[in-house]
Amino acid sequence: MPPQDTGTLHTEPLWKILLTFLKVGAFTFGGGYAILPVIQQEVVEKKKWVSQKEFADILVITQGMPGQLALNSAIQIGIRLRGIPGGLMGALGVTAPSVIILLAIAAYFYPFLRDNDYAQAVFYGIRPAVVALIAAAAFKMGREILHGLSGIALCAILLALAIITQIHPIIILVIGGLTGLIVYKRRP
Amino acid sequence: MMAILLSLYWSFLKVGLFTIGGGYAMIPLMEAEVISVHGWLNAAEFLDIIAVAEMTPGPISINAATFIGYTMAGVPGALIATLGVITPSLVLLLLLSRILIRVIQNPGAANFINGLRSALVALILLASFTLGQTAIIDIPTALIFGLLLAASLLRRVSPLYFIAAGAILGLIFYPY
Repeated sequence: MPPQDTGTLHTEPLWKILLTFLKVGAFTFGGGYAILPVIQQEVVEKKKWVSQKEFADILVITQGMPGQLALNSAIQIGIRLRGIPGGLMGALGVTAPSVIILLAIAAYFYPFLRDNDYAQAVFYGIRPAVVALIAAAAFKMGREILHGLSGIALCAILLALAIITQIHPIIILVIGGLTGLIVYKRRP
Repeated sequence: MMAILLSLYWSFLKVGLFTIGGGYAMIPLMEAEVISVHGWLNAAEFLDIIAVAEMTPGPISINAATFIGYTMAGVPGALIATLGVITPSLVLLLLLSRILIRVIQNPGAANFINGLRSALVALILLASFTLGQTAIIDIPTALIFGLLLAASLLRRVSPLYFIAAGAILGLIFYPY
């Protein structure tokens, strides 16, 4: 939304928005849920660009829409400060360090690792660790999201459907969403 | 070259568009596009790239998009795949934010998203089974998996410690 919607008009220079999110993108490890608290600290506590309440509103939109959490909140904060150019600076800031760092690794580091015995040993151990992270994410999300019998039943049916039909996950997601319109309708 | 760039863009656009709620929501979509639909990578390579994306700063799916894009089509591939994964966020927030906010505040949207997340739980679980068949191949890897899964369910641990633990255990138990 344009800055006039929030009632506060900022004149933060664009380079400052870019620099702030470059810092967030370059120094925060562990993905979206690790990055959000850092963004909050930067823009609410240090820079006072948005209030705690505004940040909470931003998070609600961030979590209900497609895309990466850090990216979505950076764009929204940028827009609040300086409209569309501000939003673009937020996006560029969060994305650029990833692109530069990963390009360097993919181009120079990874080819060397692939033929190294110790690197093979490291990846042999890391692969099951990553699978454990993914499985843990499913359990934690389930604990948080699946309330009551209807939620668990819906999840189990969709799992069976995905295994049996082998159709694209996007279709399973859409079926889940449409079923949610009916199953979750009576909940307050 | 043009054809691969286009399919990279389209694949990662789909990943970005259907990753709702961030984090590991992108794993099943990326796995389907990169392994099953296009056969760009095998499961082991995919897991290695997710691990690298975890270990490096920044959002995991952007890191993974850059890496996979580079593997398939060099620097242009990296840029195009990354652009694909961030396009939905840019379009929805920069151009359609008024409509987006109205849609998200609609109670029907909350029910839709709840249903979608139930599907997501199923899909992430399934992805861990599928990828697990490649990663869990002997007793040490099964132990690493079980130990770390239990640890993460019992307390909140940064993913970085998981990767580090996996790496150390791998160095110890690897059948050289």
